[in-house]
Amino acid sequence: MKYDPQPTLPAPPGTLGVVGWMRKHLFNGPFNSIATVVLAYFIIIFMWPVIDWAILSADWIGTTRNDCTSDGACWVFISQRLNQFLYGFYPEAETWRLDLAFIMMAALIAWLIIPKTPFKGWVAAFTLLIFPFIAFVLLSGGYFGLESVDTHKWGGLSLTLVLAVVGIVAALPFGILLALGRRSHMPIVRSLSVVYIEIWRGVPLITVLFMASVMLPLFFPEDMNFDKLLRALIGITMFQSAYMAEVVRGGLQAISKGQYEAADSLGLGYWQKMNMIILPQALKLMIPGIVNTFIALFKDTSLVLIIGLFDLLAIMQASANDPNWIGFSTEGYVFVALVFWVFCFGMSRYSIHLEKRLHTGHGNRA
Amino acid sequence: MSEAQKNQDQLMVEIRDLNKWYGEFHVLKNINLQVKRGERIVICGPSGSGKSTMIRCINRLEEHQQGEIIVNGTPLVEDVKKIEAIRKDVGMVFQHFNLFPHLTVLENCVLAPIWVKKIPRKQAEATAMKYLERVKIPDQALKYPGQLSGGQQQRVAIARSLCMNPDVMLFDEPTSALDPEMIKEVLDVMIELAHEGMTMLCVTHEMGFAKTVADRVIFMDGGQIVEENEPNAFFNNPEHERTQLFLSQILNH
Repeated sequence: MKYDPQPTLPAPPGTLGVVGWMRKHLFNGPFNSIATVVLAYFIIIFMWPVIDWAILSADWIGTTRNDCTSDGACWVFISQRLNQFLYGFYPEAETWRLDLAFIMMAALIAWLIIPKTPFKGWVAAFTLLIFPFIAFVLLSGGYFGLESVDTHKWGGLSLTLVLAVVGIVAALPFGILLALGRRSHMPIVRSLSVVYIEIWRGVPLITVLFMASVMLPLFFPEDMNFDKLLRALIGITMFQSAYMAEVVRGGLQAISKGQYEAADSLGLGYWQKMNMIILPQALKLMIPGIVNTFIALFKDTSLVLIIGLFDLLAIMQASANDPNWIGFSTEGYVFVALVFWVFCFGMSRYSIHLEKRLHTGHGNRA
Repeated sequence: MSEAQKNQDQLMVEIRDLNKWYGEFHVLKNINLQVKRGERIVICGPSGSGKSTMIRCINRLEEHQQGEIIVNGTPLVEDVKKIEAIRKDVGMVFQHFNLFPHLTVLENCVLAPIWVKKIPRKQAEATAMKYLERVKIPDQALKYPGQLSGGQQQRVAIARSLCMNPDVMLFDEPTSALDPEMIKEVLDVMIELAHEGMTMLCVTHEMGFAKTVADRVIFMDGGQIVEENEPNAFFNNPEHERTQLFLSQILNH
């Protein structure tokens, strides 16, 4: 038999590019083509009023409700109350401290998530070990001539971020420890972890917050007054670390026994094995689950409303009850939803990016 | 040095009256085995005969309930420090390689030397490159295990063990998970290692390998050592019927 090497031919026309994509995904066959057209029609029909309300006939500029004359949304409400939405009842002269703290945090996070920035280890250590104290001093004041601002004046988006960031940063390590505890060979450690996880997972967060705020003080002497925000933070962290523990446990179980054995056979100790071999792989597998928990945590922070802390949602509701602005709560809810969505979507996208970047190819990626 | 002590020094691995159970199931029955420094032992037997379990007891990947295991003079007891000390000196190569997929080949090789033996990174990397060269894949050092073929991965696994400078190497069916064309490249590395005087215990069905390098071949069945002999006698004149049956099944096909 004679062997002729065949020439490499270009792909047939109409199978590549935008046209090719549309043919393959939107118009492959009469039924799908009709479905595409009909669905596109419905999307336009339903979206149009929303776009019209939110953008085209909305009022953007002004100072009072009298400036909202058209049929659309009255974004004047948002822009007039923006400071309150961001800073709560924080003294206006001091809000630069919040700005500074959050800009610093954003810069540090950006430094850490952008690939190929130098000194990542040092920056991470600074962010986790030193920055919290800087942020605390900036936010609550009382040192270095900064005016002391009581936590009951904190509110709005800045409070939401404080709750979410502290909750996220604290829940992950506790969750990992609990997950390791639950898989420990030591019966007492294991039972304690199981009991902790099952108790905290079995109660609603509202109950936890309520207990932290109303019942806890009953058990302490009267002059011992824990800060309400601190109590909420501890409650959120303890609650979320139980959830995180179960997510991490799932990841630990997905790591094959061979990895543990290889680490053991090289003489690595328990913590070396966990830190360098098992957890890096398990956490990578668990990125979607972990971020899912982070997102849930971020949104759950709005529950602090019931113990009288004014997070973004609560402060918007309070503003919407202002007699000057009655009737504009729709705009407020849309705005709050959008802010929450931006943060959650950001986390979601970053997790997808991280998964791709950390993928080292268990087989076929060159 | 007394005669007894000298004898002790020469024994790399000593197993005395070893018994092990998985729950009710008696997997290892009265195992006695002595391996001298520099000896090459091949262990074969049907699946479920306890051969892997036995060598996994030597570095405590499996716990035994009765009997004694002494590795390089150190008795294996219920003490994390002792166990880790023994594991430092005992290299192990697994059927499924068990490389760390999130680390590069080089990182796989230097991790334990740096963290367990506290060797400076530079020096550990130089040693790692030396061993990667010996298993003939220095050019893959910066790749991830997932990017290598099975044979290459197994050679990395061997290099990773060698980087700890072990006194004895355990091989747990190192070629069973490989495509036929990759078996040779791994066996070649093992043969070279044997010629350099490494003490080796290999669970394998590669009878060619056994004939070439083994000082002794051990046949196990039902959790017991059935027969133990030097390869020529083992293959040509197996004493027991069970051994004869096993050999006829794996050699004549």
